[in-house]
Amino acid sequence: MSSTSYESVRKPPPALGVSKASSARVAKVLYGAGEASRSGIWVGIFAITMSFAAFTSALFVRQGSSADWAHIALPAILYGNTLALLLSSATLQRARRAILAVAATESHAVRQGLGWLMATLALGFVFIGGQYQAWRQLAAQGLYLATNPNSSFYYVLTAMHGLHVLAGIAALVFVMSRFASRHAALRRSTFEATATYWHFMGVLWLYVLLVLRTKL
Amino acid sequence: MEEASDQQAHVHPPPEGFLRKYVFSLDHKVIGKQYYALGLLAVCIGMALSWLMRFHLVWPTTRIPGLELLSKAGAPGGIITPEYYLSLLTMHGTLMVFFVLTNAPFAAFGNYFLPIQIGAEDMAFPRFNMMSFWTTLVAFLVLILAFIIPDGPPISGWTSYAPLSAVGKDAGPGMGWGMNLWAISIAIFCIGSLLGALNFIATTLDLRAKGMTLMRMPICTWAWFITSCIALLAFAVLLPACILLLLDRAAGTSFFIPSGLVVSDRLQAHSGGSPLLWQHLFWFFGHPEVYIAILPSMGIVSHILINSMRKPLLSARVIIYSMMSIGFLSWMVWGHHMFVSGMNPFSSLLFSFPTLTITIPATIMTLIWLGSLYGANIRINAASLFALGFISMFVSGGVSGFFLAQPSIDIVLHATYFVVGHFHMVMGVASLFGVFAGTYFWFSKMTGRMMNQTLGQLHFWLTFIGTYCIFMPFHYLGLVGNVRRYSSFVDDFMGPLMPLHKFITIAALGTGAAQLIFIFNLIYSRYKGVPAPENPWNGTTLEWSIPSPPPWNNFGGKHPIIYHDPYQYDVKGLKGDYIMQDSPEPSAG
Amino acid sequence: MGKLFAIVLVIIALASAYPIVTHMYVMPEDVSTHGHQIDEQLSDTMAEAGISFLLAQFVLAIFVWKFAERKDGGKLKNFPGGAKIMVAGAFILVGTEILALGVFGQRAWANVYFTPPRPDALQIQAQAGQFAFYFRYPGADGKFGAIYPDKIDEGNQNYFGLDPANDIESRDDIVSAELVIPVNREIHLLMHAKDVGHSFYVRELRIQQDFVPGLDLSVHFTATKIGRYEIVCTQLCGLGHYNMKAYLNVMAQDDFEKWVKQKASEL
Repeated sequence: MSSTSYESVRKPPPALGVSKASSARVAKVLYGAGEASRSGIWVGIFAITMSFAAFTSALFVRQGSSADWAHIALPAILYGNTLALLLSSATLQRARRAILAVAATESHAVRQGLGWLMATLALGFVFIGGQYQAWRQLAAQGLYLATNPNSSFYYVLTAMHGLHVLAGIAALVFVMSRFASRHAALRRSTFEATATYWHFMGVLWLYVLLVLRTKL
Repeated sequence: MEEASDQQAHVHPPPEGFLRKYVFSLDHKVIGKQYYALGLLAVCIGMALSWLMRFHLVWPTTRIPGLELLSKAGAPGGIITPEYYLSLLTMHGTLMVFFVLTNAPFAAFGNYFLPIQIGAEDMAFPRFNMMSFWTTLVAFLVLILAFIIPDGPPISGWTSYAPLSAVGKDAGPGMGWGMNLWAISIAIFCIGSLLGALNFIATTLDLRAKGMTLMRMPICTWAWFITSCIALLAFAVLLPACILLLLDRAAGTSFFIPSGLVVSDRLQAHSGGSPLLWQHLFWFFGHPEVYIAILPSMGIVSHILINSMRKPLLSARVIIYSMMSIGFLSWMVWGHHMFVSGMNPFSSLLFSFPTLTITIPATIMTLIWLGSLYGANIRINAASLFALGFISMFVSGGVSGFFLAQPSIDIVLHATYFVVGHFHMVMGVASLFGVFAGTYFWFSKMTGRMMNQTLGQLHFWLTFIGTYCIFMPFHYLGLVGNVRRYSSFVDDFMGPLMPLHKFITIAALGTGAAQLIFIFNLIYSRYKGVPAPENPWNGTTLEWSIPSPPPWNNFGGKHPIIYHDPYQYDVKGLKGDYIMQDSPEPSAG
Repeated sequence: MGKLFAIVLVIIALASAYPIVTHMYVMPEDVSTHGHQIDEQLSDTMAEAGISFLLAQFVLAIFVWKFAERKDGGKLKNFPGGAKIMVAGAFILVGTEILALGVFGQRAWANVYFTPPRPDALQIQAQAGQFAFYFRYPGADGKFGAIYPDKIDEGNQNYFGLDPANDIESRDDIVSAELVIPVNREIHLLMHAKDVGHSFYVRELRIQQDFVPGLDLSVHFTATKIGRYEIVCTQLCGLGHYNMKAYLNVMAQDDFEKWVKQKASEL
């Protein structure tokens, strides 16, 4: 086979390894796919944004279409949840700095990175738990999904956002397991995509909160 | 050494075992064929349903032996009830729009050829790709389940207007679980399509081979890319709409159901919802969906035409820009489905102008195709005949759009057979002509055998004449004011139209039967066809640079380098009147 | 084979145009005051669309006839002017067409939707429900009684959910299954949906308007010819949709008054 007219198009993106032993296996970096997941995550974010835009426009149309809209008071715990989610973005950034600085052998940096990831994950769970708590508080006031249009949209938007956060938690768990494993490789692009997604969850939550707070 | 590292660099290892190779395959080519097979199955069912509908319309009391097995209540003794007719039309529309027109030209051919045409080994996310097919299959099975459950399929049409679709079983037996299955199926379909669209976009952006600039991509790659951008936005809106609809049905919310409705003598417990909200959300998806169906076929047809004409289009760029502007404009026109639905009459005027404006890029494309034929040397074969037939169909279906884009004319033509004729021609038949053309063109690459030409051309003539016989008269019916979605024409007014209806039904049965030739040809040529060479049509794009069928990793672990624009025809190349995209020989032009 | 394609295509194009040109299939005669504008708009559009259709099909046929499977082995050439002339042509041709259709078409639309009904228009309420239309006339007091959905009782012919026991205004309301109107008098039809979406379509009146539950919509029209016309529901409304029809009965003013009197005496 002549290789004159063919050549490798891209250099494989660098892998993040934990140790020398694993970095040998890590060399199995997938051709080209690293870049793909980077634009893939932005395409995904675009689609999620679009569907939340659809929910939002439904909310405003519904609010204007009938006089039965009763504004509900948002549970105060939401602001605590917001803080947790924003804080988790900060811890993720710390984790990112540690992870990107990891040389193949520096085990303390690995520990540090894992620690910050753990913190991010914990804050993620705090957020989800807090959101659940907020639902219980509303339910205690007699505000359920079908009680009035405002509560309907409250539950729908928070549930949709919560589902997306759960997907982010799953991605974080995957990243951590890859990062901690001696035998598997973590692709930088996978990590970056997860981080981008997680930050987006924070931004999306701020948006949802804003929409829920808006009174026309 | 380099060889080895290239092998390692592949997205996934070569598949082993039957399951990994043919069922849960990560290979975009297998997934493309799976989509094609699903589309074929869906089109067979959808067409059979249309036969039943046409049959019922003109022979409402004639028994169809064995039909009672499909539905005891819907076809007692083999005679279709007028109520069951509504189930048939709902399922026909849903199957055709979602599982045929979205799957076949876009997901099937796109999956198979997009990575090859840009010089990639696979999609960007093979696992997502597999998931998108399997979710689509689940969506299909959930929808088909509606035929089996005791209450039967829903009756609210493929548009599922609320509140009919939202109030539940009070609105009729099929509106209970049948409707739930419909909404669940479409929601799952949205997820599958979103994953697919994401994959297409990421693949096109990131996995192009060296030298494959965006403007060097073949036109059909562009069409799939633009389509996936539209699909990404459209299905991202339909999914929330389906979720809200399901909540209205199951959780007692009132997104789409207003107060004070009395359905089947029962006052509904909902209040304050907006039925128009469903229409807006649905058509915001629904109109772009029309372009999801037709754009890939435009791309495929352009691709095949160029190859058959042996010279490039007058301007490939203009075609691509036209497709982009169609895609862009498709977001501003959804209201033209709602001219008489109680929307603010000013909005109707606002929606009318972009709708008419879409005619401009569509006309530009038609003129480019026509003008390019001038001075060509057109090879006639099944593929090019269907491509030429596409142009004719697209024009025929397109000009009726002039009428429906005008709100004042829509007052009289809305909900008549005119609309049915219009969209069947322009989005149904034209789009399927693209699929047929693509099949005759690419079958050799997909299976390694040539498709039988005699059968293929016979199939073309019967289909071309047949579809005109079916859908042209639909327009005449509409001009008289024959309304659609009616299962009986018992009153005096419709009487004189019965001969025309009979003509259409006979044409439909005949044209449908002609499709058996196609299916036979697929099976026959798959096993008994003449073995296909690498490049049977002297094509220039990358799919013709690799064996037929391609190896599991497309380019045998190599990475092609692209030297030319996609359509170097009518030149003096080493092999003939063309230069391949990856051939280092200098371009004549 | 290319020549066969051309011939078949020309035959198809001519056969498609034949019923249109000979007016084999036309809408029943217009009996409204606004309909002629829609009809004119329709025939203008038909002329433009028809010419584009025939022209495009013929050009396609000619080019395929001339340029398919050429035996002469002559050099391939390009259309003089190339893509630019196509783009310019599309913009000019379709652009003017759009402007013409768009601008003139709006007049017919405006006439239907932007002219308010005359103050002396006869108000009639139409209720669409699965699977029948009912029409209500305000009676001598000129006022419609309120609707109470929970009072709807088809067994007792209370189709609208009126409450004559407590609501004086509803006592003289006339309810009819047929839309009876006087000729040459403007009708203001108030549209009310009882359950799901329906539509009001009278071909001869050139009127089509959806009933949307929860929305108060209305149309207004004047019928100019005495006769009986079919009203059909064009919005898929459920199992009995195929059966949802009513009749529009246009009467002379005297006959209409007689009818009202007779209906009122039945109350």
